[in-house]
Amino acid sequence: MATKILIPTPLRPFTDKLDAVDIDGATIGELLHNLTTKYAGLKQHLYAADGKLRSFVNIYVNDDDIRYLQKDQTPLKPGDTVSIIPSVAGGAPTEVIKEQEALPELSGDEVKRYSRHLIMPEVGLEGQRKLKAASVLCIGAGGLGSPAAMYLAAAGIGKIGIVDFDVVDFSNLQRQIIHGTPDVGRAKLASAKDRLNALNPNVQVETYDEALSSENAMRLFAPYDVILDGTDNFPTRYLVNDACVLSGKPNAYGSIFRFEGQASVFATKDGPCYRCLYPEPPPPGLVPSCAEGGVFGVLPGIIGVIQATETIKLILGAGEPLIGRFLIYDALRMRFRELKLRKDADCPVCGTHPTVTKLIDYEQFCGVAPHQVAAAAPPVTSMDALSSIELKAELDRGDEVVIVDVREPQEFQINRLPGSILIPLGDLPKRYVELDPNANIVTQCKSGMRSAKAQDFLRSKGFTKVRNLTGGVLGWVDQVDPSQPKY
Amino acid sequence: MAITLTAAVDAAIRAHGRETFPHECCGAMLGKDGVVREAYALPNTTEEGPRRRFLVRPDDYRVAEQRAREARLELLGFYHSHPDHPATPSQYDLDHAWPSFSYVIVSVMAGEDQLLTSWQLQADRSAFDEETVTNGD
Repeated sequence: MATKILIPTPLRPFTDKLDAVDIDGATIGELLHNLTTKYAGLKQHLYAADGKLRSFVNIYVNDDDIRYLQKDQTPLKPGDTVSIIPSVAGGAPTEVIKEQEALPELSGDEVKRYSRHLIMPEVGLEGQRKLKAASVLCIGAGGLGSPAAMYLAAAGIGKIGIVDFDVVDFSNLQRQIIHGTPDVGRAKLASAKDRLNALNPNVQVETYDEALSSENAMRLFAPYDVILDGTDNFPTRYLVNDACVLSGKPNAYGSIFRFEGQASVFATKDGPCYRCLYPEPPPPGLVPSCAEGGVFGVLPGIIGVIQATETIKLILGAGEPLIGRFLIYDALRMRFRELKLRKDADCPVCGTHPTVTKLIDYEQFCGVAPHQVAAAAPPVTSMDALSSIELKAELDRGDEVVIVDVREPQEFQINRLPGSILIPLGDLPKRYVELDPNANIVTQCKSGMRSAKAQDFLRSKGFTKVRNLTGGVLGWVDQVDPSQPKY
Repeated sequence: MAITLTAAVDAAIRAHGRETFPHECCGAMLGKDGVVREAYALPNTTEEGPRRRFLVRPDDYRVAEQRAREARLELLGFYHSHPDHPATPSQYDLDHAWPSFSYVIVSVMAGEDQLLTSWQLQADRSAFDEETVTNGD
């Protein structure tokens, strides 16, 4: 009994250009065997090396896929039509690391330099060549980026990129060990590049003097294999995460606050991303920054080096990566804890039906005004705020002003405004009753951000005359009393 | 080997790639005598993550052949995009390729279409040959 087989366009060169052929066979298995015997050129396109039909070859009897009938054993009746129907599939490469490409050779000097790596089978010559072929982009040359970039350079990563737009400040040196005292006032990029070049001249160091943004992230990430997130704020953290997911690059994540640090590896092919853990950012102001809350100087050393460790492991393909695991380190108690993370099928960016398919406005997403952190004190004359100069003038005139310093006691010990009352922001909800709601109040902190929250809070409690000191105590020291130290 | 894309087809493939970025787009190419006259957009039905994969299901393939027949054209091949990757075929592309089709790949970097290339599977399935792409009217 002959059955009609419809041949799809790409296979017609192998059936004498016929779009249908008649072949004998009682079952699909027999039919296809007879077909590929008659037209031998079809065989390699229909069958894989193991003799099974290729996954993208679909055989239909009339309108039914044989996968849902009896597969090879599907019987044929007179009048049936069999169709060979392609699935057409393809896609971009998914390899994290370009293992297909020829790995670069090591020079004699490099063999000597990396000898302690080369004698371990987990790295070896091949692993070291993988490191040389690899590229890592560090977001920030601060607390986390400093130790991470230094160890990555020492380990022989071929190309290290650094994104930063900041200048080295004295207050950085307590933890940002890539910079030295003579570097204060220099661009962090210049200082970091010098240090990395001195550490290992074989490393190509690329610097990007720009703030990471939704506009430049995909371009900056494109030439790199792994992204190392050393950012200190939520908008950039979500931006790095989303750009990693969208560009298919793993994110060696770390963050630090006071004595506690966190690390994980996000946005690998099957692993969770930062948004699987935290779909939404915390309300603005809930989590203080390191500038506000302080940070234990050695802490970023630990966390940054964990990020570097995970980066190197990803490149080598060695060990158990920190994927799906969230490491929490407490320096005071000297304890590590580990939380299990799962990829969230409903994750807005890496889930099965993502709603975030391109980079968004992360300042808005996190509820902060653009460049709020860096906002310089604008000249202010409103009822909302005043400058140090204006406050000094009022005090000199003898105006009655109650200055409420909402910093922490340790900060208050370093410098303060004359006559100010210390009520830390966290204590304000229970201590505001100490203040006269009709008094002429000026709220003040280090730079003006916490005190703006204090101002909002006092107003919500019915205080009528509350102004915020723009630029905080730092502005006061700069403009009025340079004899006091700054921090 | 060579393939010619009309200006409208070239523009349509590039626009489709930009539109679906950062996901891959895919579609059929209908034409005659090595000239693609129509880029027929198809849904990307992959379940493996559309950033790195595309899949045209058998039903959609049938629709594409049907459309070619009705328009008295041939199914010359398929196009797809490589978001943030170069316009060179991957091992996955090779493993899933059909003979005699032209596979057009457009690279879409950071949302902008870049190089467009076309490829044909070698007879022994071991590699792709790049085709010359010319633009016609």
